[in-house]
Formats: sequence, C-alpha cells, structure tokens
Amino acid sequence: MRAWIFALAVSAGALCTADVIVIQNGTVHTVTKGTFKGSIVIRDGKIAEVGEKVMTPAGARIIDASGKHVIPGIIDAHTHIALDSINESSVSVSSMVSVEEMLNPESISIYRAMAGGVTVCNSMHGSANSIGGQNVVFKLRWGADARGLVYDKAKPSIKMALGENVKRQGSPQGLQIPGLQSPQNLRYPGTRLGVEDVIRDAFTRARAYQREWKDYEARRARGEKVLPPKRNLELEPLVEVLEGRRLVHAHCYRADEILMLLRVFDDFNIRGVTLQHVLEGYKVAREIAERGHGASTFSDWWSYKIEAYDAIPYNAAIMHRKGVLVSLNSDDAGGAELMRRLNTEAAKVMRYGGLTEDEALAMITINPAKQLQIDQWVGSIEPGKDADLVIYDRHPLSVYAKVEKVFIDGRQYFDRDEDISRRPKIEAEKEGLRRKLQDQQKQAVPQNRRPS
Amino acid sequence: MRKMRLILSLALCAAAWGGEKDSFLLRNATIHPVSGPAIQNASLLVIDGKIAEIGPKVAPRGKVKVIDARGLHVYPGLIDSGSPVGLAEIASIRETVDTGEIGDFNPQLRALIAINPSSEHIPVVRANGITTVLVTPGTTGGARGSTSGGLIAGQASLVHLDGWTWEEMEIRRGAAMQMTWPVIQTGRGGGPDLEGLIPGLAPRRVTFAEARRNQQMQVQKIQDFFDAARRYQKAKAAGEAIAPDLRYEAMIPVLDGRLPLMITAAREREIREALEFAARERVRVVLAGVRRPGKTLDEIAKRNIPVVLGTPFVTPLEEDDAYDEPFTLAAQLHKAGVKFCFASFNVQFARNLPFQAGQAAAFGLPYDEALKSVTLNAAEIWGVADQYGSIDKGKYADLIVTDGDPLEIRTQIRMMFIKGVPVDLESKHTRLYRRYMARP
Repeated sequence: MRAWIFALAVSAGALCTADVIVIQNGTVHTVTKGTFKGSIVIRDGKIAEVGEKVMTPAGARIIDASGKHVIPGIIDAHTHIALDSINESSVSVSSMVSVEEMLNPESISIYRAMAGGVTVCNSMHGSANSIGGQNVVFKLRWGADARGLVYDKAKPSIKMALGENVKRQGSPQGLQIPGLQSPQNLRYPGTRLGVEDVIRDAFTRARAYQREWKDYEARRARGEKVLPPKRNLELEPLVEVLEGRRLVHAHCYRADEILMLLRVFDDFNIRGVTLQHVLEGYKVAREIAERGHGASTFSDWWSYKIEAYDAIPYNAAIMHRKGVLVSLNSDDAGGAELMRRLNTEAAKVMRYGGLTEDEALAMITINPAKQLQIDQWVGSIEPGKDADLVIYDRHPLSVYAKVEKVFIDGRQYFDRDEDISRRPKIEAEKEGLRRKLQDQQKQAVPQNRRPS
Repeated sequence: MRKMRLILSLALCAAAWGGEKDSFLLRNATIHPVSGPAIQNASLLVIDGKIAEIGPKVAPRGKVKVIDARGLHVYPGLIDSGSPVGLAEIASIRETVDTGEIGDFNPQLRALIAINPSSEHIPVVRANGITTVLVTPGTTGGARGSTSGGLIAGQASLVHLDGWTWEEMEIRRGAAMQMTWPVIQTGRGGGPDLEGLIPGLAPRRVTFAEARRNQQMQVQKIQDFFDAARRYQKAKAAGEAIAPDLRYEAMIPVLDGRLPLMITAAREREIREALEFAARERVRVVLAGVRRPGKTLDEIAKRNIPVVLGTPFVTPLEEDDAYDEPFTLAAQLHKAGVKFCFASFNVQFARNLPFQAGQAAAFGLPYDEALKSVTLNAAEIWGVADQYGSIDKGKYADLIVTDGDPLEIRTQIRMMFIKGVPVDLESKHTRLYRRYMARP
C-alpha cells in the first residue's frame, strides 16, 4: 500500500517539468474576466499571461488544449478529508484544538479529490460542539508532507456549529445507544437555547480576557511592574476572532438559528463569517446579505434529518440573487467523493434556479476563495495568480466532462492518461506482493515455533 | 423564473384540458423512443393513456388536445430500479422510516402497502423525470453492499410516482424478492461506521476464520429457509393438511421462478456464492449492488443474469483502487455483455438517477446504453417491457418532455405524463422557492 502511494507520489513529481508552460488554444473560463478561446502562460508557478493570443516563450512546454476547457482550480470551502481525527467532542468549546495537527499527507483522498479538479480545500473540525476547533486550508499537492500541503497564505479560522449535531450529546435520547448515554455524562447544551448561551458566554469570556491583556499591556507601557495574565488557550483563538484575525465557519441549518447567530455576531462585531450548510439560508437571505456574511452550501441535499427537511436545491440561487456570497462544498469526511465532482454540483444551480455558467463556476472557484480570503492568489485565471488550473475534455458543467490535467502552483499533479497507463504496472506490483506474502505464509508454517 | 412560469403554465393548461384527460397529440418534437433512433420533428398521438401513433405526420383523432412541443424532446419516463421512496421520509428519524423490518426472513412483507402517497419525496423525485420506482423494503446497496432488513427483506414493488393511494400507484406489487447475500466481515464492513462517532463502539474485530464461519452460518440459514419453503410448497401441492404459513406462501412464486430474487452481492466471493445458490435452487436471479464482479463477470453474462447497479457516486472500494473505479463499472459490465439498470438505493438522492447514468456515460458507457439503463433495460428486467420503458405503439404513455438530454444536469424537465395523464411537476421545493424568492 505505502509503496504504491509512494510510487504515485514519485511519478507525480516526475510530471513536473519546464519552468514555463503554455496551455494553448483552449476554452479559457477565467471566471472573473470572461470566457474565450485562448492560451495561458505559466511561469514560476504563477499565471504570467492570459489571452486570445499570447507570446510563447522559447523552450516552454506546450500543452495543446484545442477542444478542451480550462478553469481555475476548484476550491472546496468545507471538507474533512485527510484528517486523522475530526471532532474533539468532550467539551462544548474546543477552540484550543487544531485539525492542522491531524493532517495526513498520505490520505488517498487528496489524490482523488485533486483528480476531480480540486486544488485547495478547507479541511475542518467537526460539528460536535458549539465552538469547535481550528481548521486547516491546504493545497492538494499530492506527494508533499503535511507542512508542504498547508496553504500558508490562508487566514486562520475556527469552526462553530449549531443545531442537531451540537444538541445530540445533551439529549437524554442522544445517539440512542443503550449504555453509552446516561444523565451523568450529558453535555450542555441540549437545546438551541443552550447553544446560543454557550457561544455568547464564550465570546463574553474572550472579551474579558482580551481586556485583561490590554490592561496589562497598558500598565506595562506605563512602566508599571505587573505580572502578565495567565494564558488561556481556549480564549486566545476567540480573541483573534474578535480582532478580525481569525475567520469563522459556522455550521447551521434552520433560519431561526441562523438569525440567532447573526445577532450574536452583531453584538460582538464579528464580520465576514461564512455560514456553512446554511440550508435554510434562503429564508433569511436578506439578513445574511445585509451583514456581508457568506454562505457555503450543498447543491441538493435534504431530508437526512429534521433540520434539513426544508432544504431546497434552489437555496444557492436564492441566496445569490439576494446578494449573499455563495459557494458550494462537499463536506466529504470518510473519503473524497463529492469533491471529485463539484463541477457538476455547480451545474445544479443552473438546473435549480437558472443561474448562468459564470455564476455556477464562481460558486466553486472565486466565491470560496473570497470566503477563505485567498482570492488575491487563487480562484480565477488572472495574471499574477497561482497557476492552479484544471483542464477538462469538455465543458466542465457537463455531466460528461472528465478532468484531464491538474496544475497546482504551475506544477502538474494529475494526468488522466498517465494515471491509466500506470495501472497495469501497479496491478503487477500488487500481484507480486500478494504472491510473496503467500509464499512467506507457506514457508512460515513449519517454522512457526518461537524460541523458548 | 421565466422557466418556472412556463412549467406552471404548461401544468395549468394540462389541468384545463378536461374531457379525455389521457389522450393528446404532441407535435413538432424530437422523439427518442430508446428502442430505436431518435425521430426529428415528429408527432406522438396518445389515446386512452397508450401510444397510438408516432411519425412525422399524425392526424389528430377526434377532439384530442394538441400540444405544440417545438424545440422540445420526448423521452420515456425514467425508472429507478431500487429506492425506498415513499417508505422513508426523514432518514435520521426512525418514526418516519419503514424499511428494514426486524428478522432475517420476511418474504411476506410487501413494500407497496406502506408507501405514503403524500410523501414530499414523490413530487421531488418525479420533477427530475422519474416516473417509476422499484420501491424496496430493505435498505440495500450501501457502498459495501450493506443492507438492513435481514437476509430476505420482503417484496419490492414497482410503482408510478403518482396516485391518490398506493393502489393507484401500483404497477406490480410483487416485482422482486429482495435478498442480501451474507458478507464475510472481519471488522468494519456493512452498516454505519460508528467507530468515527463513538470511540470504543467499533464492531469487534474477528479473525478471518471466525468471520467466515459466521458467514457460512448465515448462508446455511438461507439454505434451511429455502428447503423448508420447498417442503411447504410440495406438501401443499400434494394436498396435505398443513398449517398455512404466510412466509412460505410468499416464497412459492420465487421457487417457481415466477418472481425474480434480487440478491445484493457486491464482491466476487458473494456474487459467486449467490450465483451457485441460484443455480442450485433454480430460481430467477437479479444481482444488485454489484461493485467488484471480478471473474464472475463472464458467468453473469453467460447466464444472462441482469444486474441492478447502485450509484457511481461513491468512493472506490479499496484505498488502492483506481480513482474512477465506481465510474467505469457500468462500462465494464456493458463490455462483458451484461444487461443492467441503475438504482439510486436512496431517497434524498433518488432524483439524481439520470446523472448516475450520465456519469457512467462520461466514463466509457455508450450514451444509448446509459439511457436504456434508466428506461428500457429496467422495464425488461422487471418484466414490464411489454407496457413500459420505451416509446412504442401500444405501450403506456409514460413520457417526459424536456429541453434537452435528460441525463445532463442543466436540462429542464418541462412536462411529464403517466399513462397519458399530465403530472404536476411542482413540489415542496418549487413551492418554497417561489415563496421565499418573493419575500420582500
């Protein structure tokens, strides 16, 4: 297994070639600057030039994209892939933990999601508690180590969650597994009323903590001899939120709880939040838009629980039309599944609500980039941006489209033809290992006694 | 919104027809019969719910309503070959879920009688062009072929997604007997992965030998049940005085080969055992949830065993499988000469059935075969192809009228007819859409 992953990583590395690459004569969907037949020049990992006609530097690697479509790398604002652990659910405020420590660079989900055109993702803490842990934004640079994956330009963020998932551990019925739930180990909160209290209480404490430090700094500046306050790792990330240095991704479903959260954010002057799932966002789109918060939602999920019973596939279209910045996400956890086809998830906003091609593509590229505050570097095909690009064999919003090539920072990490041509070799290697194991087992029978 | 209004006006004019509500003449459309090549600029005459004539020029008969479908396309209604739609409303709330009865053997259960015709899912699913569903009493077809509802879950019923009562929805109440072939499970396997949710609750890992024994015991249980059912059948045929038993009664059509036994078997080992069993018992078998047929593929083809494929929208079975393994499966079956159809095996995603076929077409399945896998092949597999599954003279007019390819995501379904009667394409979702778009 490991050997195979390594083989993939090595051959991915081998795909990296010339410093200058020109993707020629494709249909270029820039997302922000229109769609046209043209070419893209990649230099030093960045997009150097885009246009109907470009200068082809000598010695450049030429990729013929005639009849093909190029889009910016897909950005998934909500996944849980490549994490060895997702939920720290023993407390209702777990802001002190970070899933970045859990990032597993060998997770095959990275390769699979990337083969579906995703180049950047926000892998998050789970939704077990009102205030969850810290998230990690990474580029799907398959083959890199954990540190090499992390996208260091992304602003830090924290997960929050409302509703059923949070209440579950406070419910006397809970997960309804006999023996595991008892009144003694119920965790507050068990209602949406309690959820608000937990959040309000945490930010109230964070504000007091912030003041404590400010007082200390002020007194020290005045030359007073004072002891610094005791550091509080739970509240520090929340102070960063209050100071606009850390983004918030808040899992929510129902209109009432969304509105509750908006009011709490108003009271603490928290801006630029991305509401996650936000399946009833369409009911309070005006309130979300007025505050400039964003929404990252599913295309067509519904009815899997009671808080998703009023979910509609028109959610993204309504919110978008009412002025909310909308992205579409996968929420993949066990493995990369939906991440492999976010392009066709985007096409669903055309089916349900009649949005345009550009609006649909924006919801998986520039809009999530804005929500993660990385739109300065990724999310569209523009000179100066990272060369994170996907080449499809046909229009990316078609169900028949396949990803052919993926570039991240100008380096090619996926090639469908090479993936296919590699398969017999991998199969033969696996067969060889299988045989070796069988032989060892046969030989091991008589020698199975341990020395006494 | 413009498109919404068009759908609405079409629905309204449909409602205003009056008179012969299951007769009409549809003109100027591209007709895709599925059983043959598309016919451009053609007309379709439906009389008393059945297709009376198809051709470039068809004269209206009597006073039938005329529908101008210029620029539109007509396809047979799509068929989902396995979904608990109507039996399950909200997945996480047991009170709203009627799949997966207690007990290993429940052949006497019939899905039809518990279908809620008022389920919000029904209009949602049909809005995407699905007129017909095989409603399954078990919850078959998880990524690893997991099932709840025991070894024999009951009888799956083929229904139309329209009707005031389940009786009006019925096409065939006993269309297949749903069964699951036992899987060797050493640890995680079937069922939800609780390990991730609650530490310490992972299923106990057992050795392969022990897992194999457990599986063999279950296989033996199936054999014993079939043996007992056969003894019952013989005793009854011989006119012996025996106490009636509804479970064994329900097995008689299976033993006679009249009712297909739909066996869920994902991997080579289970498939091989299921095929051996079916041959020994001389029952008609349909395989479901096939994922990794391996060397059994040739035998499936040789014995003309139909296959119900689940959704390709799953992760590859193994970590070291090709990334597109679930996408290419349908093409692999087609190449081997196996007849197959698609099932969603799901409620909330049942409406994505056409995209399952589309995904398979993207990864090597010829387009015409993809279309058949959600229409004619399904009708053939469930034994109703004499009446459904294609646009042919004499068949019921289960039709959809679209602005393009129904397997493509951005295509709009403009009209639907079930047995020639126009069907409303509004749903909870379109109602909420309009209501909240209009919020000031």
